[in-house]
Amino acid sequence: MPSVYFTPNLARHVECPPAKLPATTVAELLESYFRTRPSVRGFVLDDQGEVRKHVKVLVDGRNLRDRQRLSDRLDADSEVYVFQALSGG
Amino acid sequence: MTAKLLVGTRKGLFILEPQAKQWRIDAAMLLGDPVTMVLADREGGLHAAQDLGHFGVKIKRTRDGGTTWEDRPVPKYPPKPEGEEDVDPTRRTPVPWDLKQVWALESAPNGDLWCGTIPGGLFRSRDGGESWQLVENLWRHPDRKAWFGGGADFPGIHSVLIDPRNPAVIRIGVSCGGLWISNDDGESWECHGEGMRAAYMPPDQAYNRKVQDPHRIVQCPTAPDRLWIQHHNGIFRSTDGGKTCTEVETATPSSFGFACAVHPQDPETVWFVPGVKDAARYAVDGALVVTRTRDGGATFDELRNGLPQQHAYDIVYRHGLDIDARGDTLAFGSTTGNLWLSADQGESWQQLSSSLPPIYCVRFIA
Repeated sequence: MPSVYFTPNLARHVECPPAKLPATTVAELLESYFRTRPSVRGFVLDDQGEVRKHVKVLVDGRNLRDRQRLSDRLDADSEVYVFQALSGG
Repeated sequence: MTAKLLVGTRKGLFILEPQAKQWRIDAAMLLGDPVTMVLADREGGLHAAQDLGHFGVKIKRTRDGGTTWEDRPVPKYPPKPEGEEDVDPTRRTPVPWDLKQVWALESAPNGDLWCGTIPGGLFRSRDGGESWQLVENLWRHPDRKAWFGGGADFPGIHSVLIDPRNPAVIRIGVSCGGLWISNDDGESWECHGEGMRAAYMPPDQAYNRKVQDPHRIVQCPTAPDRLWIQHHNGIFRSTDGGKTCTEVETATPSSFGFACAVHPQDPETVWFVPGVKDAARYAVDGALVVTRTRDGGATFDELRNGLPQQHAYDIVYRHGLDIDARGDTLAFGSTTGNLWLSADQGESWQQLSSSLPPIYCVRFIA
């Protein structure tokens, strides 16, 4: 089952422990996560459902390709990391 | 007696209280993150809008004076329709349908909360901030797409004035996009403010109402047709609720600035914190001054007692100056993190802090 991890800097604002959830895309994975933790959504996605400009999502070590629809495919053991993009020096 | 002073800064929220006649910082909260706006509602709650940068805009509320804070819903922009053309006319960059900043929070006499935002959405809550509704007819108004960013990348609503005589009459100030009025509870909107002049436009566009940049609009609560406007290139006043404006050209040493405050009982008495126009933006000659008119703009006093007169480069943002409900006590905070207070209508000032983070908003609560 794919897993998702969040930067500790986000945990400062909202509870967001790692989770393993059934999903075949990043969108499915995050939607599933947000169903149990709806308050996390607004920290990761903007009002249009796109990844926030300064949030970095890594899928098995590579940058998320589709930041609008999050359609990147996942393997059964994929690991998704939600980090801060470096900005401001 | 004024009870408290709220100060929103680049690094959190500070609350000051008078202790033995001396105002002191009583509490520092929400530390580490920018607080762009604060509001005390009519039920004793305190709302703080935060800009978390990477993680977006949030609103928190406390009902116990700041001991505990709870996350509250934020205004949300609707889905942008496929193919919708919405581009900042100056920069030609797409306007995001996404909350970028809470720039105004107000509490109406009927209990509604109002929120002005960047990139230009006006939101209302009828349930104390439990949910927010976009004022659709303003957002969908064809002229809204002509609004353009000034200092910020996108346009925004920084002043929301709910008429104390009738909460269905709403006035807003837009940078950049002028002064808009709804007389029917937000159903229809029209750009007014005839007479405002934009020095930053070609001569034939200077009096176009829709390109004006009112930095801040304030309304005298006991004479709501009397408005004062600190505009990008001058000071304007209105005596007819914003339909028409007259330029006030008597202020020295400058009429450039962001903030203004009107006396709650006397619409002729107004304060400003000017700077060098308009690209330079620092205190004129490095000497900080508050200007005040007591006669509706015919003459101005330069109030300097207690303010630094050498090597002061403070700029006061549009929400960085406030006056208490009684009309005697004023406070202002600067981008340099300095905070001053006057208990005598600006005649003399005392510095409350010289080491705060850059100050975004200053607000008295009773």
